[in-house]
Amino acid sequence: MNPRNMAPVMDAKINDFVVKFANVNGSGSASANSMFAKAIYRMGIPVAPRNIFPSNIQGAPTWYEVRINEQGYLARRGGQVELMVSVNPQSMTEDVAEVCPGGYFFYDNTYPLDFNLIRDDIHFIGLPLTEITNTNFDNPRLQQLFKNIIYVGSLAYLIGIEFAALESIVNDTFAKKPKLIQPNIDALKLGFDEAQRQFSEPLPLQLKPSNANQGKILLEGNAACGLGAVFGGATVCAWYPITPSTSVAEGFEKYAKQFRIDSETKEHNFAVIQAEDELAAIGMVIGSNWNGARAFTATSGPGVSLMQEFLGLAYFAEVPSVLIDVQRAGPSTGMPTRTQQSDILISAYASHGDTKQVVLFPGNPKECFELTADAFDIADQLQTPVIMLTDLDLGMNEHLVDELNWDDSRQYQKGKVLNAQELDQVERFGRYNDVDGDGIPYRTIAGTHPQKGAFFTRGTSRDEYAVYTEKGEAYERNMERLNLKWQTAPQYLPKPIISTKDKSAHIGVIHFGTSAEAVREAIDMLAEQNHRINDLRVLAFPFHAEVTDFIDAHTHIFVVEQNRDAQFKTLLVNELEMDPKRLNSVLHFNGDPISARIVFDNIQAHLSTITSADVA
Amino acid sequence: MSFLKPSFRHPKSPTNRLGLTTRAYEGTISTLCAGCGHDSISAAIIQAVWGLGIPPHRVAKMSGIGCSSKSPNYFLSQAHGFNSVHGRMPSVTTGANVANRDLLYLGVSGDGDTASIGMGQFAHVIRRNLNMLYLVENNGCYGLTKGQDSATSDEGSTNKKGRVNPYTAIDLVSLALDLGATFVARSFSGDKEQLVPLMQAAMTHKGFALIDVVSPCVTFNNHAGSTKSYDYTREHVEAAGVVDFVPTSQEITLDQIEGSTKVVDLHNGDKVQLSKLANDYDPHDRRAAFDAVQDHKQRDRLLTGLIYVDPTAENFHDILNLPSTPLNALAQEQLCPGESALKSINNALK
Ligand SMILES: Cc1ncc(C[n+]2csc(CCOP(=O)(O)OP(=O)(O)O)c2C)c(N)n1
Ligand code: SF4
Ligand SMILES: [Mg+2]
Repeated sequence: MNPRNMAPVMDAKINDFVVKFANVNGSGSASANSMFAKAIYRMGIPVAPRNIFPSNIQGAPTWYEVRINEQGYLARRGGQVELMVSVNPQSMTEDVAEVCPGGYFFYDNTYPLDFNLIRDDIHFIGLPLTEITNTNFDNPRLQQLFKNIIYVGSLAYLIGIEFAALESIVNDTFAKKPKLIQPNIDALKLGFDEAQRQFSEPLPLQLKPSNANQGKILLEGNAACGLGAVFGGATVCAWYPITPSTSVAEGFEKYAKQFRIDSETKEHNFAVIQAEDELAAIGMVIGSNWNGARAFTATSGPGVSLMQEFLGLAYFAEVPSVLIDVQRAGPSTGMPTRTQQSDILISAYASHGDTKQVVLFPGNPKECFELTADAFDIADQLQTPVIMLTDLDLGMNEHLVDELNWDDSRQYQKGKVLNAQELDQVERFGRYNDVDGDGIPYRTIAGTHPQKGAFFTRGTSRDEYAVYTEKGEAYERNMERLNLKWQTAPQYLPKPIISTKDKSAHIGVIHFGTSAEAVREAIDMLAEQNHRINDLRVLAFPFHAEVTDFIDAHTHIFVVEQNRDAQFKTLLVNELEMDPKRLNSVLHFNGDPISARIVFDNIQAHLSTITSADVA
Repeated sequence: MSFLKPSFRHPKSPTNRLGLTTRAYEGTISTLCAGCGHDSISAAIIQAVWGLGIPPHRVAKMSGIGCSSKSPNYFLSQAHGFNSVHGRMPSVTTGANVANRDLLYLGVSGDGDTASIGMGQFAHVIRRNLNMLYLVENNGCYGLTKGQDSATSDEGSTNKKGRVNPYTAIDLVSLALDLGATFVARSFSGDKEQLVPLMQAAMTHKGFALIDVVSPCVTFNNHAGSTKSYDYTREHVEAAGVVDFVPTSQEITLDQIEGSTKVVDLHNGDKVQLSKLANDYDPHDRRAAFDAVQDHKQRDRLLTGLIYVDPTAENFHDILNLPSTPLNALAQEQLCPGESALKSINNALK
């Protein structure tokens, strides 16, 4: 049945290749695919799975790309793949084209392959998946689900996935539905045995158990944000559904149900409110925080656009609030299921009037967890919105990260909130009075004291005591104080992470968020060409002095970002009063996660235009 | 501009159960136009909260943007207020209310703030049955932006320059009834006798209470030809009955009342007593309430009073299954699962 082409056989590759699955969405492939990736993780081999999916519920093509890399380079590798698992006839033409020369195209040969697709330089390996499922299962839904499990079983034979690892995952997955354990294991065996029967030898692409995953977990950024909100003491989550942020609210609810339901009364020490739109969602968040409860919302670009007016109110009225923006490409009818880092400017300068907002940039799910928890402390301490910018790649894919930890001695930092006793000590409370000289005033929560501390919250047009005035001087004083607060802000924010490979290096890379892995790998690739490069990863805006120092210390600076307009560079230029020519942009914005190859190619191309003495 | 009021008061001013005079419930001097209906509503609020004996600082004054939304500055100085953004008072109040269930939430909005820019949030806060009093100070125009027609301006009503409004009006009372509001009332800023007990009943109601109050704008919408003027409203008002708020402590003596009477149980024994009910009006019957509103409209009358009430419906706190301790008062130990929980989460992610 297999086309008898004579493609070159590739050299053996151990623990270093890419497998891509071409599926139909809504066909139940997700759980089989994640079983595949998890089994590799359990074999101790670093793995990075990524979903590539359309804005559609059923029937459209979807892919799952798994990079396996013993050395732990886990960005998207880019380029063609070694093994394509084709379960979707619709996308076969492009899937065949994506296999590297000498690579493998695994397909369901129950139906004949269109001979127009055949390439001489790759191997076509067919198994009758549909036939096997149809003979072994009667129920059409089961046929579809088990077809996915069967190909995982076949791959176990072909590339050497430990069967025990697969079994352990089935056992864990169906711990609460033990009846399903055996049928799943049987389906895996069916696939394994059939592959063994048809192919005398496994592929040269092989997995060998390793121990590189000690102390590591596989976690999605969105779930990590939800968990971080539970740990950070959020009690209210108000949100409006939008891909790719929905699973943040779902993650919060899941963990809140686990940890925040009173064991006796069954009452909920949390509230999840599905709002009527994003305006209402952020309004609720502001209302809750104004009233002393920690609240947050999660959204994506279109939602941030709708929240602009409220973000201005929260900035001017100095109401803490936390917003998680899981960035995606462009507008709603654009590529809502593709990743980007393109909401930087609408976040940093969100709203009307003179506004500047605190922004956090986590680079992996562990940081999503930690920075979400921190965001509530930061918002309370600075009395201002905190916008956390993640992205679809980070939020909706599992990433290999260090185990999460929490310091039990940590106390929530609620900032300058006066209670009744403290108010009694105050002669005259002034909500917008800069008592400490750091630009951060004291606040009070409604209902605290019968005679003291009440004030009328409004945007501006009031003096230090929150008394109504439209005097220009009062407005100016307030705006200057807000500026002072802005200067105080960095001390509450996470510092950039600088990795200095070589103190005398002239080349520096600045990046943030999910470009981290690609940059790390690219720098190592460039090191092989004798380029010594340092890098700095920004975690927060407003920028720390370290960012300026880093730029000053290098003659060639590259800024890596996933958008067209170099938004992050704009922010650096604007805020640090930088000469734009000092900063070279590495831009990527086609909706795919950035790969090491893109970073490498861009930097290398630039470096080749300057003399070697310059960059040594 | 704002300044404190003179503190001179008649020494024998009556006090409420907290021993406070209405002085303790006042705000700064109003900057609204002299004669603005909104100021009368502020005065009624002061009477209502004082009469219920609620400590002023246990009220949260929430508003959007407009002359009406400015008015919370003119009552209850000891209460926190939040003059938020145009049309979004309901969401801010929802968040605040979920954070602390123990305060009285008094939302003040205008007809522009509610029936145009805020229509979506108005509808959804009703659906959630949020425990609050939502007051619409309805003048049929945008006062603060100088008198443009609002969406509650009646078709055929003329503006100050004589232009006839060609659009149909949104009736917030009918809308609220349709959306499932659990307390729906209408009143007139010029009728304190009705307004104060209505407010007290609404403040006692454990759920969403709307009072749509016709509140003439003397500057832009009080001329002949306007259907929201003082004169027009006085001539067209028809009360569903006489409203009395009866606190738990007070007995109702039915023999004092002439005509048809209904007593509505609110919460903890507090009651509203409706007397002189037209045609034996039953405020528990949503459909009848709807009919009555429509019927009055057709006859060019404005039905006021307590139009509908369902004191038993679950409110948002019940729906969310929130604890009796306000969320903003939960201690870190109740909120943070801690390192040991994280261990098991880590294990589940392996
Ligand atoms: C987003 C936004 N759009 C427009 C305005 C301007 N604006 C201020 S008040 C108002 C209308 C208020 O009308 P209403 O709620 O009826 O209050 P009134 O002044 O009549 O009491 C408008 C349109 C605004 N503040 N914000
Ligand atoms: S403009 Fe109209 S609504 Fe505004 S304060 Fe004057 S009378 Fe009242
Ligand atoms: Mg109005």
